[in-house]
Amino acid sequence: MTDFSWSLLSDLAAMWQYDFMQHAFEAGTVVAIVAGIIGYFVVLRRSSFAAHALSHAGFTGAAGAVLLGVDPILGLFAFTTAGAILIGILGRRAASRDVQIGVVLAFLLGVGVLFISLYQGYATEAYSLLFGEILGISSADVWTTFIAGILVLVVFAAMYRPLLFTSLDEDIAEGKGVPVFGIGLAFMVLIAAAVSISVQVVGVLLIFALMVAPAASAARLARTPASGMLISIGIALAATWTSLFISFYLPYPVSFFITAITFALYGVVRFATR
Amino acid sequence: MNGRHGSSVIVARDLAAGYGNAAVWKDATFSIKKGEFVGILGPNGAGKTTLFRLLLGLAQPERGEIEIFGEKPRRGNARIGYVPQRHAFDQELAIETLEIVRLGACAGTWGFDLPNEVRRERSNALAALKDVGAEHLAHRPLGQLSGGEQQRVFLAQALSGDTEMLLLDEPLANLDIRREGELVQLIADVVRSLGVTALLIAHNINPLLPFLDRVVYAANGRVATGTPEEVLTSETLSSLYNTHVEVLRDSRGRLAIVGAEEGHLHHD
Repeated sequence: MTDFSWSLLSDLAAMWQYDFMQHAFEAGTVVAIVAGIIGYFVVLRRSSFAAHALSHAGFTGAAGAVLLGVDPILGLFAFTTAGAILIGILGRRAASRDVQIGVVLAFLLGVGVLFISLYQGYATEAYSLLFGEILGISSADVWTTFIAGILVLVVFAAMYRPLLFTSLDEDIAEGKGVPVFGIGLAFMVLIAAAVSISVQVVGVLLIFALMVAPAASAARLARTPASGMLISIGIALAATWTSLFISFYLPYPVSFFITAITFALYGVVRFATR
Repeated sequence: MNGRHGSSVIVARDLAAGYGNAAVWKDATFSIKKGEFVGILGPNGAGKTTLFRLLLGLAQPERGEIEIFGEKPRRGNARIGYVPQRHAFDQELAIETLEIVRLGACAGTWGFDLPNEVRRERSNALAALKDVGAEHLAHRPLGQLSGGEQQRVFLAQALSGDTEMLLLDEPLANLDIRREGELVQLIADVVRSLGVTALLIAHNINPLLPFLDRVVYAANGRVATGTPEEVLTSETLSSLYNTHVEVLRDSRGRLAIVGAEEGHLHHD
């Protein structure tokens, strides 16, 4: 691998010669856009704990898939979706969901631990699920990510207006006849899909870095929902691109840089807006 | 009945309502006419909000009938503007007030926001804010407004569109006496100038008393309705509560209800 030369253009060109870096940028871009948009609504709805819990459910599902010899992505998506439906049905109001989610979360993680103990030689798979492995993404994975990302955004756009209404004011939306239960359930499934594709980049444990931290900064800055989504995407993209670039030249994980950048930005925004 | 008001917009016959198996109240028969300003009074848990949920189509009567605008209540009725009882709005959100008012237009629509649509909805929202004298709040985050300012904003949202009836759940809660008076005056002005019917749930009668056309008083599993002079008397409330209740008046005409319930006194 090449050394960093401080001549940014030639450094970028050197990095771009590697297929795995191109794949990482492509998948990272899709994930940053999806996580930025869905994450903004996760923050508006105060559902970040649910997003966190779904990523853990995904870990258990992926661990189970590996145990059965199936593609981990399938197990991941199956479990996050099932978790999403369960959470959506259990608690009617987003704000009252943390106890129910905590109960489901603990059980699912326990099952995940069981799967790990049943599978011999599982450690590296488990590690990449927990912390992400964006540099190991194949071009087929990029296509899967791209198509899943488009699907999530199409469904999101179709339900945008009632979703915005219920996210900002569920009581009034209900009074106005918006199907708040159905919208809440559908959005949970969208979170599950967004989590499933984000896990490849940042892993289960660091999902907050892409889904919540950029959106939390955006929520403090944006006067309109449209600008909120744009700011959230911008932060997620900037953090992903910068981190991939840095980690090409430094021997530290991409996930660390993404978390560090989004955390630092949130810190600045938090104190600048108070 | 009061001559300046029009036809009945709400009619209840032998209505019983409750949640779960417990009836909150029963045998309620009353009607409310177009353009009336109605106070929904009574102690906590007496089923005041339940009446709103019936009108919004969010709950079904246990027995009897209720009609609004001559038909059974249904969800998503665009002629009703609803302001629920609320807790503090998220202060972390910087979203401006105008966007919150604009949300009202999202009801019953799907798809993504289109720029033209947003521009039109924002100008309608600004007009609604002007109607309640709150256009200066348009670009401030809702979470940073005072309780009285927030109530004005929600009133604007409830009035935008084709609203013919306002359902206001405890809008006076947590307001000081001066803000209370200002908000009641504003609501009364809106009722008169736009010809809408307003139902307002309150704990405290006194700020409302000069403006109310009608009172719906829920207590002890029953409902009494009539003009304030008819309902807010020792006789009516004693028979409603089934115990001796006295309605006292001070020199400025303010009421105190004594003996109804521990800690349930109407006072300023």
